[in-house]
Amino acid sequence: MNNQYVDLLIVGSGPAGLAAAISAREEGIESILVLEREQEPGGILRQCIHNGFGLHRFHEELTGPEYAQRDIDRVRELNIPVECGTTVLSVSGNRVITCVSASKGFRRIEAGAVILAMGCRERPRGALCTPGTRCAGIYSAGTAQRFVNLEGFMPGKKVVILGSGDIGLIMARRMTLQGAKVLACVEIMPYSSGLNRNIVQCLEDYGIPLYLQHTVTDIRGRERLTGITIARVDEKRVPVPGTEIHFDCDTLLLSCGLIPENELSQGAGIDISPLTSGPVVSDNLETSVPGIFSCGNVLHVHDLVDHVSNESFKAGKAAASFIRNSFHAETRFVVCDGAGVRGTVPQRISAAPQEDVQLMFRPSGVFRNATAVVECGGQEILRKKAMIYTPGEMAVLTLHKELFCTLSDHIITVRIEGEKTNG
Amino acid sequence: MDNKIITCINCPVGCRMTVSLSEDGGFVSVTGNTCPRGALYAKQECTEPLRVITAVIPVSGSNLPLSVKTSGPVPKEKISAIMHLLGNVTVSAPVCTGEIIVPDVLGTGADIIATRSVACEKL
Repeated sequence: MNNQYVDLLIVGSGPAGLAAAISAREEGIESILVLEREQEPGGILRQCIHNGFGLHRFHEELTGPEYAQRDIDRVRELNIPVECGTTVLSVSGNRVITCVSASKGFRRIEAGAVILAMGCRERPRGALCTPGTRCAGIYSAGTAQRFVNLEGFMPGKKVVILGSGDIGLIMARRMTLQGAKVLACVEIMPYSSGLNRNIVQCLEDYGIPLYLQHTVTDIRGRERLTGITIARVDEKRVPVPGTEIHFDCDTLLLSCGLIPENELSQGAGIDISPLTSGPVVSDNLETSVPGIFSCGNVLHVHDLVDHVSNESFKAGKAAASFIRNSFHAETRFVVCDGAGVRGTVPQRISAAPQEDVQLMFRPSGVFRNATAVVECGGQEILRKKAMIYTPGEMAVLTLHKELFCTLSDHIITVRIEGEKTNG
Repeated sequence: MDNKIITCINCPVGCRMTVSLSEDGGFVSVTGNTCPRGALYAKQECTEPLRVITAVIPVSGSNLPLSVKTSGPVPKEKISAIMHLLGNVTVSAPVCTGEIIVPDVLGTGADIIATRSVACEKL
C-alpha cells in the first residue's frame, strides 16, 4: 500500500474545492492535492449550461462551464494537482485519508489540513414519501440535467416537475427547448423556493402552469410511468379530496431540495448541525475537528455560486494559517437561531475574529418589510431592514470584527422581526 | 388601452407591475414597481423582450456535447427558430471556449459561441 503526505488535501473540485485550492496556494502553501471522483474538475457547474453565474464575483453573467473554467485555468496556472477519477473512501479525525482510483489503486494519504468540499446531493424519491408504483421515468431534476446537457439524450417527452426549486425550473425550460412537453410544475408550499427570474423565464415564457399548494398523490405505470395525479393541500399539507388533477406523462422530475453530502465528515467524527445538515463550523470555517475545514454546499446549501467561492477562499486561507502556525482559534461565541431564522452559519465564533464575520441563514418563511436583528446578552448589535426576507434567498449579515471584544455575553442570537406573509 | 401584469425579475421582492399599453401595443406607463429598475424592465419586457439562449450541440467523434450560448440577449420570439437551427449544427473538435459556432444567428447581431472547450479525442 502506498503512503503519501501532503500539507493540504481538498476533497472535491467543484467551485468550493477550486477556490479553496487557489486561496491556499496564494497564501503560500506549496503541497496541495485536490481529489475529484468525476473525470473532470468543475463539479455540478459542468452541467449547468444556463447563464446567470458570476454576477457578484465577475460582474458579468456566465454559464456554469464558463464560471468553472476561470477557476480551473487559475488552478492550472498555479500548478495545483487535481487528480480526477479518484474517490475518497474515508477521512479520519487525525487527517488520514483513504482513496481509490483506477490508475493508482488504493492509497492512504496523510494531510496537514483537510478541506471538505464535496457539495450536496438531491433529495431522492425515497425521502419524499410519494405514493404509487415504482416505475421507470422518475428522475431527480439534476440527473435529468446531466442526461440532457452532458450525455446528450432526453429522459422523456411528456414531463411533470414536482418541486419548484431552481433546478426544477431550469429543467422545465431546458426540456421544453429540447422538444419535450412540460405539463406542469407542482409545489407543495404556497410560494416557490426558486428565483423570480426563473419563474418568469423558465415557466411563464413557455406557458407552463405552476400549481402552488399542490402535491403528487398518485404515480401510475407498470414498467414506465404513464401518468400522475396531483391534488391541492390544506394548511397542514394534507391533500384535499375532490381537488385531483390527472396528467398523462412519461417523466416525473423531482426538484425537492438539496442535502449536503456529509458521510465522509461523519466518519471523521465531525459534529453535524441538524438544521443545515452540514458541519458545525467556526468563523474560519473550521469544523469541530481541528485542522478539518468545510466550505460550499457541503457546509450549507447556497443559492449563488459566487457565495460558495467567497466562503471557500476564506476556508483556503484559514487552512493555510493552520498549516503554517498550527493555529487553532478557540471559539468563544455560540450563534443561535431565533424567531424566523433557520440554520445560521457559522455556529461558533472565536473570541477575536481576524476578519469581519458574515452570518448566513435562511428565513423560515416569507417576511415583507421586516428587520433582521442580532443580539448578544440582551443588547442589539445589528439591525438590517429589507423589503423581503424569503427562504429562497440566503440572508447575509456582516458583523465587524471590532465588535466582538465589546460583548460581555457569549450567546449571539439572530432573529427576524416582522409578520410572516403568504408569498 | 390594454393592461398587462408582469413580475419584476430584478430582485427577490418580485414586484407585480401593471403595464398600460396603447392600441398598437406601445408602452404607455407602469404602476406597482418600487424602484426605477422595475420601470425599465417593464418597458423592455413589453416592447422587445430579450433572452440569452443556451443549448448543447453534438461534437463529431466525442460523446460529450458542446454547450453554447448566444453572445448577447436576442429577441424572445426568435428562441424557437434558433433552437431549430441549432438542431442541425454539428461541430468537430477541437473547440475553444468563446469560439464562434454560428455568426450573427438569424440576423440578431448575436453569435452562437462555445461555453466550454473540447480537446481532440485521444486515439
